[in-house]
Amino acid sequence: MNKYTERLYNGLIKENPTFVLMLGMCPTLAVTTSAINGIGMGLSTTVVLILSNMLISMLRKIIPDSVRMPAFIVVVASFVTMVQFLMEGFVPSLYDSLGIYIPLIVVNCIILGRAESYASKNPVLLSVFDGIGMGLGFTIGLTSIGIVRELIGAGKIFGFTVLPTSYEPISIFILAPGAFFVLAMLTAAQNKVKAGKKNKVQKPEESGCSFNCASCGSKMGCKEQED
Amino acid sequence: MNEKLNISSSPHVRDKITTNKIMLYVLIGLMPATIFGIYNFRNEHAWILVLVTTFTAVLSEYLYERLMHKPITIGDLSAAVTGLLLALNLPPTLPVWMGALGSVFAIVVVKQLFGGLGQNFMNPALAARCFLLISFTGRMTYFVYDGITGATPLAKLKAGETINTFDMMVGTIRGTIGETSMFAIIIGACFLLLMGVIDLRIPGTYIVTFVIFISIFGGHGFDPQFITAHLCGGGLMLGAWFMATDYVTSPITKTGQILYGICLGLLTGLFRLFGGSAEGVSYAIIISNLLVPLIEKITLPKPFGKGGERV
Repeated sequence: MNKYTERLYNGLIKENPTFVLMLGMCPTLAVTTSAINGIGMGLSTTVVLILSNMLISMLRKIIPDSVRMPAFIVVVASFVTMVQFLMEGFVPSLYDSLGIYIPLIVVNCIILGRAESYASKNPVLLSVFDGIGMGLGFTIGLTSIGIVRELIGAGKIFGFTVLPTSYEPISIFILAPGAFFVLAMLTAAQNKVKAGKKNKVQKPEESGCSFNCASCGSKMGCKEQED
Repeated sequence: MNEKLNISSSPHVRDKITTNKIMLYVLIGLMPATIFGIYNFRNEHAWILVLVTTFTAVLSEYLYERLMHKPITIGDLSAAVTGLLLALNLPPTLPVWMGALGSVFAIVVVKQLFGGLGQNFMNPALAARCFLLISFTGRMTYFVYDGITGATPLAKLKAGETINTFDMMVGTIRGTIGETSMFAIIIGACFLLLMGVIDLRIPGTYIVTFVIFISIFGGHGFDPQFITAHLCGGGLMLGAWFMATDYVTSPITKTGQILYGICLGLLTGLFRLFGGSAEGVSYAIIISNLLVPLIEKITLPKPFGKGGERV
């Protein structure tokens, strides 16, 4: 796997911002009442993330370390404003349903987190791929939460009725508590899948001793081991 | 020499009472209300809903523990109590699958995911009732008695209509399966009081606080008819005697129990008099459940020898 596809894989699966890093929970829980809202929010965040990662990576040698946070915010806010105007002009219905959460992309911790931990230290093209991976990972997370909530809570997917009319929607799923239920269930499911994979491979830990002896692969002959 | 001498560190169990026995007593205590409810709503076939809801609760506990490779604890009857309490909190016309869904939610999400009996942070039956109430608002507030649909006495009272308080005491009114008859609930509660399963502290402070609250803010002064109607209507009696006293979700300290009762009375009064809907007992109880850790924290007793002034 070359380093560009590794970035995509990292964002989509290994460090999925929604299900693994648990970042950007505010829009995740608030706007995923339907699949279309989830995909809209995810894609607008992706656009901002790619552009801001690119610009911040370009400016990484110019921005002084002591004022990097305000500089990042200015960059992100400019792109968010552009996206906001574009959405208001071209997809007004989505703009209305996302509401306050579009301007709030500025303080989305995925964007600031990637800027701080990746784009400000790595070359431009890699940062762009990191933005694509993370953004698509976020989009997939939000869309899958949106699909499950819309399906159970309204019997529809992307606005099309898929369940028979005799199905009575469990409307708690499109209300606030449903967001927590679905997020928790999907996170648990993907942890289960990943845990299953890990058990098969049985790799000893490579990153050194984390002093977690119970889950350590190389128990025998370890001098750090607790008695 | 059949009995072995057990050597173990403290605390030592000095009582014959077990979880199993307590739950059995609670089930017996609920019987008058259950039987009356089934008889009262015989036209609506309430017995099917009661059976299915209780059975699903036990089954989902069994299946969850089986799948998670945990010890099977359906023998302690706590799942049956949860299922029965949930059934008593449902309107008799509710489709059976909704009752079953409520049971699964109560046992799996509220109870087992938090660690099983003793770990749940709120009353599973009431949490499931609120889950159903939010999900299927229309179905959960559709009340029929003797084939006639209409408002519950509490809703009528809120709208300012006159109501028959004697019917409310006997229970021949619209409502959920188990809440209608005050007499049946009191019989069951007396049994629990006699067996020492519950004491008067929580229900007593709950009811007294509630009566004081509605006498002050109800707009009727100390009007016995208004107060009786409020006490007999809705889930207050069932909630005060059987659900607020749940061991897991009520405070363990004596002062804490009194504070908890006051909290319940105030919240119920607030919801009933100033809230949007006519009933508020279930929300009052689950909100107070959430306050229990805080209540226990401030009422923690001092161990002997600690605190006080130093000489």
